[in-house]
Amino acid sequence: MAVVSNGTTIIDAGALGSGVATGKMILLSTQTASGSASLSFTSGIDDTYDSYVFKFINMHPATNETQFAFQVDTGTNTSYNQTITSSFFRSIHSEDNSSAALQYKTEQDQNQGTAFQKICINVGNENDESCAGTLTLFNPSSATFVKHFIAHTNTYRGENQCETGFLGGYVNTTTALTRVQFKMYSGNIDSGVIKLYGIGG
Amino acid sequence: MAIISNAVTIADNGAFSQSLGSMVHIKTLTASSSATLSFVHGTADVVLDSTYPIYKFQFINIHPSAGSSLGFKASTDGGSSYGIATTSTAFMAEQAEGSDDPFLGYRTGNDAALSTGLILIGESYGADNDQSGSGYMNLFNPSSTTFVKHFISQNHSSHSGDYVDNAFNAGYVNTTSAVNAIQFAMSSGNIDAGKIKLYGIKDS
Repeated sequence: MAVVSNGTTIIDAGALGSGVATGKMILLSTQTASGSASLSFTSGIDDTYDSYVFKFINMHPATNETQFAFQVDTGTNTSYNQTITSSFFRSIHSEDNSSAALQYKTEQDQNQGTAFQKICINVGNENDESCAGTLTLFNPSSATFVKHFIAHTNTYRGENQCETGFLGGYVNTTTALTRVQFKMYSGNIDSGVIKLYGIGG
Repeated sequence: MAIISNAVTIADNGAFSQSLGSMVHIKTLTASSSATLSFVHGTADVVLDSTYPIYKFQFINIHPSAGSSLGFKASTDGGSSYGIATTSTAFMAEQAEGSDDPFLGYRTGNDAALSTGLILIGESYGADNDQSGSGYMNLFNPSSTTFVKHFISQNHSSHSGDYVDNAFNAGYVNTTSAVNAIQFAMSSGNIDAGKIKLYGIKDS
């Protein structure tokens, strides 16, 4: 039985009616680090949504001044070594005001590389230090196009500097991507939360 | 009583079982020659606590009374006082309306080094009738009592000098106390008009 109000179908056949306004940013899953070597999203990434957004909140490394990074894979593979070409630039400012700069960082980009792609650089491991930001992965299930990604981040660096990172690139494959893994370049992810959202049309 | 349709539970125990979306509108403040616009947790339906892990402010046509820059201050005492030490970075892309004058560079005048003053997030908004600035600022985990509070913003403005400015600012409010109020203001004069919308990004 449908629920109809003022001529509008609110509920029918086990779903909200198409006329009911709902948000288009849907939380799919959450991973919480606790001394974790890595955090992997191995389900929910398919052709349901055009883009997928990872929000990472207070990623705190065990090791000082290490890199927070990600890689992707296809099918049920677990190698996390897809080919990536990327660019990275940053805006950086020290707490003591001794340095401030906008710079391209060749150390953080890749040219058809298969390494974990660095997102946040030199993340500090003191108690109040961490990094946070957003990584968007576009149309990961496409069988036609390479897979674009964009990240916008902020990091409390171990050197007591504030670094705003801008990462963009593509995973150079026309095979559907189905999984994403995050980790630190050195040591564990001591704490932090990563949330995966799908952006509906 | 649950609402069940076609054997699917739509709503039960006072809540929808199906997702209604994860970005929740909390509050809209509309400027009218306002010196400041403040979002204070627990006041006027504002939520700014551990309810959401991420808060998003949307700025829509912020129009100053005089050519000036948009900024904010944070509070840890429910808005009794504002101005928590903050460190930030600032850079921008710029182009002129009337000539070819492109610029991409770091803006030392707009960053902060443990500053307790107005933390700038938008550059030189024009005060002509058709000039304003729009954009967003994300605030991460403001209720944390462990970490400093990261923020990331991007704001676009029609510059008082007839330029387009695309300002990228980010940083951290350097406190491990919970931030429970945010106040926005121009670097000089009032916010003549414009809206600031606060959203919460759901945890589950």
